[in-house]
Amino acid sequence: MNRRMWGIIAFVAAMAAVPFCLNPYQVDVFNNIGLYALLALSLNIILGDAGMYNMGHAAFYAVGAYTAAFLNTQLGIGILWTLPISGILAGLVGLVLARPVIHLRGDYLLIVTVGVGEIVRIALINNVFGVTGGPNGIFGIARPVFFGFKIAKPHEFFFLIWGFVALTVLLFSSLKNSRFGRALDYLREDHVAAEGSGIDTARYQLLAFMLGAAWAGMAGCLYASKMSIISPESFNFWESVVIFIIVILGGSGNIAGVILGAFLIVGLPELFREFKAFSQARMWFFGLAMMIMMVFRTEGILPPRPRVFKDIDRNVS
Amino acid sequence: MSNLLEICGVTKVFGGLTAVDNVSFDVRRGSIVGLIGPNGAGKTTVFNLITGNYRCDRGEIVFDGQLLSRLPPHKIVYLGIARTFQTIRLFQNMSVLENVLAGRHCRMKAGLLASMLHLPSERKEEREALKFALHELEFVGLREHAAQRASSLSYGNQRLLEIARALASEPRLLILDEPAGGMNEQETEELMALIKKLQSRGLTIILIEHDMNLVMQACEHLVVLEYGRKIAEGPPEEIQNNPKVIEAYLGVD
Repeated sequence: MNRRMWGIIAFVAAMAAVPFCLNPYQVDVFNNIGLYALLALSLNIILGDAGMYNMGHAAFYAVGAYTAAFLNTQLGIGILWTLPISGILAGLVGLVLARPVIHLRGDYLLIVTVGVGEIVRIALINNVFGVTGGPNGIFGIARPVFFGFKIAKPHEFFFLIWGFVALTVLLFSSLKNSRFGRALDYLREDHVAAEGSGIDTARYQLLAFMLGAAWAGMAGCLYASKMSIISPESFNFWESVVIFIIVILGGSGNIAGVILGAFLIVGLPELFREFKAFSQARMWFFGLAMMIMMVFRTEGILPPRPRVFKDIDRNVS
Repeated sequence: MSNLLEICGVTKVFGGLTAVDNVSFDVRRGSIVGLIGPNGAGKTTVFNLITGNYRCDRGEIVFDGQLLSRLPPHKIVYLGIARTFQTIRLFQNMSVLENVLAGRHCRMKAGLLASMLHLPSERKEEREALKFALHELEFVGLREHAAQRASSLSYGNQRLLEIARALASEPRLLILDEPAGGMNEQETEELMALIKKLQSRGLTIILIEHDMNLVMQACEHLVVLEYGRKIAEGPPEEIQNNPKVIEAYLGVD
C-alpha cells in the first residue's frame, strides 16, 4: 500500500470519529463542509475537468433544493425519494441553459453564467409559476427517513451527507480514469486537437455541464432536507463565488484538493469565529490568504497529478 | 472505385483573400500523394477543408463515396481520416500513452454511466484500447516513452507521437502536415521508412512537406499549389522538370 492509500484511510477514520467526539454545533459545521464539498466536486467536473468557467453554479443548487422542497411539501413525496428527481431536473435545466452558450470561450461563458445565476435567483423571489413561495421561500420540509430511521440531529445528517460525499468521490474518481474523463481532459488541454482526434467536443462539454448541474441539484436536495426551510437568499451570487473559489483554491481537477478546499473555505472561518480576537478580522485575513495563494501557487493547494501508467505491462496482460 | 478521396473545384475565401481557388485532385487508394508549393500557397488550408476544420465556400470533397462537406471534424475522423498538425498540437501535460488513447476514443463506446461504474464491458474496452495504443506506440518507436509527459519528448518524437495518435483511430486516409518539420537528417530518414511502412499497412497518405528529398522519394504523385491555385500535378520526375513549378519555386529574371 502506498502513502496515498494510507492518507485516505486516515482521513476516513478521522471523519468517522467526528460525530462521536464533537458537539452538535461542531458536527453541523462538518455537515456544511460536506455540502460545499459536494457542490465543489460537481463544479469541478465543469470547471476543473472540462475547463469551462461557470460562476452561476448556485442556480442548479437552487433548482435541486426547490424541486425537493416542492415535491415534499406539496405532494408529500419522501425527501430522499426526491434526490434523483432533483438531480435529473437540475441536469435538464443545466442542459437547456448551457446549450446555446456552451461554445463561448472562458471569460464570456463566465459572464453568461453569472447572469444565469441571477435570473434563477430573481425568478425564485418573483414566485414563478406560483410554486417557489417568493422571497420567503418554502418551509416545513419534512425530515428524511432512511429505511424507517428518521434523520433529524446533526450527527445523523453527518452520515447522510458524508455518505453521499463518499459515494460521489468513488463515482467521480472512476469517471476520471475512463474514456469520459479523458475526453474532458483532452478538450480542456487543446480543443482543436481533441476535435481533430475524433472527440465530439461540443457533446462532452454539454454532458459535463449536465452532470455537474445534476450533482449540484442533488446537493440542493440534501440542503433542503437539512434546513427544512429554503429561501432565494441561500442561493445568491456569493454562493456561486464560494463554490468557484473552493475549486480553484483547492486544486481544480483534483478531487482531494477540492475537498481540502471545502475544509479551508468553509471550515476555517468557523474555527476563527471561536477566537474573539479573530472574529472581526477573519474575512480580511481570508482575503489576504487567498491573494497570497493565487500569487505563489496558481494551480491550487493540491494540483492534479498526471496519471501515471507505471504498471502498463501488468495492465495489458 | 480506385479513388479514396476526390477533391472537386474546392474554393475557400478568407475576407478578401482567396486562400484556395478552384482546386481539384484525386487521391488513389493506397497511394502517397504530396501537396507542395511555396509558403502561403494554401496547402494547409486544403488539409483543413478535408478534415472539416474549415468549410468549403464552393466545391465538394468526397471520401470513399461519401460527401464530407458540412461534417464536423470528429465525424470525419470517425469516417476514417486522421491528421497530424503542422504546429504540433499534443496534449502537452498528459502522458504519451494518454495522447494515443485520444485517437482511440472514437472507436470506443463506453458512455457516462459505464465510465462512472467501471462496468465489466468498460474495463474490457479500456484494456483493449490500452493494448492498441501501445501497439501503435511500438510501431512508431515510442513504446519506452509511454509513461512520460508528452512535453518531455524531443521535437522529432513529438511528431511521431502525433502520427501514433492519428493511427490509433484506425484511419484509411492519413493526412500529414509537414511531418519532417524540425527533424534532423537521420530522423527524416527514419520517418521516410515509417511512411513506407504505413503504406504497406494499406494506408493512403497525403502529406505536405518542404523537404524535397523526402517528397520526391516518398510520393508517387504530386500536386503543386501557388497562390491557392493548382499549377501542376503528376509524378515527381515530371514535376521536377515542369517550368511552371521551377518558376514558382525559384522565380524568373
